[in-house]
Amino acid sequence: MTLLTPMDCPLCSAPPELFGRPGRSDPKATVPNLLRAASRCQRGVKLAPRSLAAGSRRARASLRAVNSAPPVLRRTPLYGEHVEAGAKLVDFAGWEMPVQYTSVRDEHMAVREAAGIFDVSHMGEIETSGPQAAELLQRLLSNDVSAIPPGGAQYSVLCREDGGVLDDLFTYRLEVDRYLTVTNAANHVADFAWFESVAADFPQARVSDRIDEWAMLAVQGPLAREIVQAGADGPLPERMGTGLTRISGEEVLVCGTGYTGEDGVELLCSPEHAPRLWSQLVRRGARPAGLGARDTLRLEVCFHLYGNELTVERGPIEAGLGWCCKEQTGFIGADAVRAVREAGPAEKLIAFEIDGPGIARQGNAIEGGGEVTSGTLSPCLDRGIGMAYVPTERAAIGTGLEIDVRGRTRQASVVEKPFVKKRA
Amino acid sequence: MAQASYPEDLLYHAEHDWARIDPDDPAQATLGITWYAQDSLGEVVFFDPPVLGATLTKDAPYAEVESVKAVSDVIAPLSGEIVAVNEALPGNPVAINEDPYGEGWLVKVRLSDPSEREALMDAASYQASLA
Repeated sequence: MTLLTPMDCPLCSAPPELFGRPGRSDPKATVPNLLRAASRCQRGVKLAPRSLAAGSRRARASLRAVNSAPPVLRRTPLYGEHVEAGAKLVDFAGWEMPVQYTSVRDEHMAVREAAGIFDVSHMGEIETSGPQAAELLQRLLSNDVSAIPPGGAQYSVLCREDGGVLDDLFTYRLEVDRYLTVTNAANHVADFAWFESVAADFPQARVSDRIDEWAMLAVQGPLAREIVQAGADGPLPERMGTGLTRISGEEVLVCGTGYTGEDGVELLCSPEHAPRLWSQLVRRGARPAGLGARDTLRLEVCFHLYGNELTVERGPIEAGLGWCCKEQTGFIGADAVRAVREAGPAEKLIAFEIDGPGIARQGNAIEGGGEVTSGTLSPCLDRGIGMAYVPTERAAIGTGLEIDVRGRTRQASVVEKPFVKKRA
Repeated sequence: MAQASYPEDLLYHAEHDWARIDPDDPAQATLGITWYAQDSLGEVVFFDPPVLGATLTKDAPYAEVESVKAVSDVIAPLSGEIVAVNEALPGNPVAINEDPYGEGWLVKVRLSDPSEREALMDAASYQASLA
């Protein structure tokens, strides 16, 4: 078997062509690597092919070559826990990450119905502090940073001058003059360089790369808060809030955010504390869930994945993220964003459902223009769902689409976002 | 099927397919994907069977299987013409995971060149190739 289309994953970003689709007709391109399927994972990152147990002599030769090279994959502080739990590990943005433990579908449903726990320690953190911290962030981030109260959180995009999206980010205000911004793994290095270059104009602001100081766990699902609360010394912050709380005996930065559409928290802690925190939360009933489930969960609620829905080629208005762009703040790219908002975007990001059987995947072309940015089988709806950019005149709810799924036309309809709503 | 399994009576192709030559008719074979293939893919959620009468060419793709994560080509281990497809799979694609060598068979083929089997691996060689 040969993998045709990589998985879309919530943290992926590299362009699909980097996947090097194995040619159907090129017998040399058969290094089968089904696991490469798992490659495109999670926000803004893609997994390089990993020659795991490939089924040919050539593949084994290349595996040996890989093994003799210096280790290139980074591991999170929870690597040992993943191995012990029998996770399938894949290269994701240069990190060796669990794509699934038992089954994407089961892990997905655990998050929808109870609670799942994700290791997202590959995501990056940038700390911005000092008297000009807010001013600097206001210049960098599309949203109104002045609206974040101490102990608050905010979503925004990072734009280039032309409005192209460099990353999408959550920023937490830890103290009056201290903020923590969480980046996508694949974009972290470039984001930090961008922050530093802009910070040169703000002498009273400091930016620091904190990726090595924080491990990050996401506990998500209707029972997530209860499970985390049981080990915490104090109350957990509300949704979109953040605060320090002792959990399992150590200070943890608890954030009322997530990427699944369910209630829950994200926990930032020291790398040394992460294994104990993870084990305790698993013991209390949070089920380990991999990047595969993270992708299907986010897609069901139409959250953007950098590298799929968001790229430097498109701006936030087309992506439906105008709500987190406050052009009056003068952020980098504000003029370009304003121009698109006023003129109206030529294309829009829509959600679609396949009318019959079939699953569209990233890169599939749409008759009349546009392309699929993410597609999967929805574990909750048990049908093919996805998001796509289409010409604005074809973006209305109910519009029929014809998607070319590897040479076969599949009928689909534009539907309302999100596909799955949180249970009341 | 939780444990890896590679039955001795099958022939294997490097692209993780198996062929079972009909003991009563060496020109007929049943094809499917291996335990390793289904395990790597994860839960199969979609299988669109090829049409009856379609021609298979050894080493070329003849069908696709999809998991939540990805779609993969299924490569023909032998050449021939499809004489039966597993009609139960579209309604129950997870049979490919649960019973890859039984209920999860994909197609039956009338072989155009039964000698092609010489190029396939036995269970031991295939397993060795996975190591």
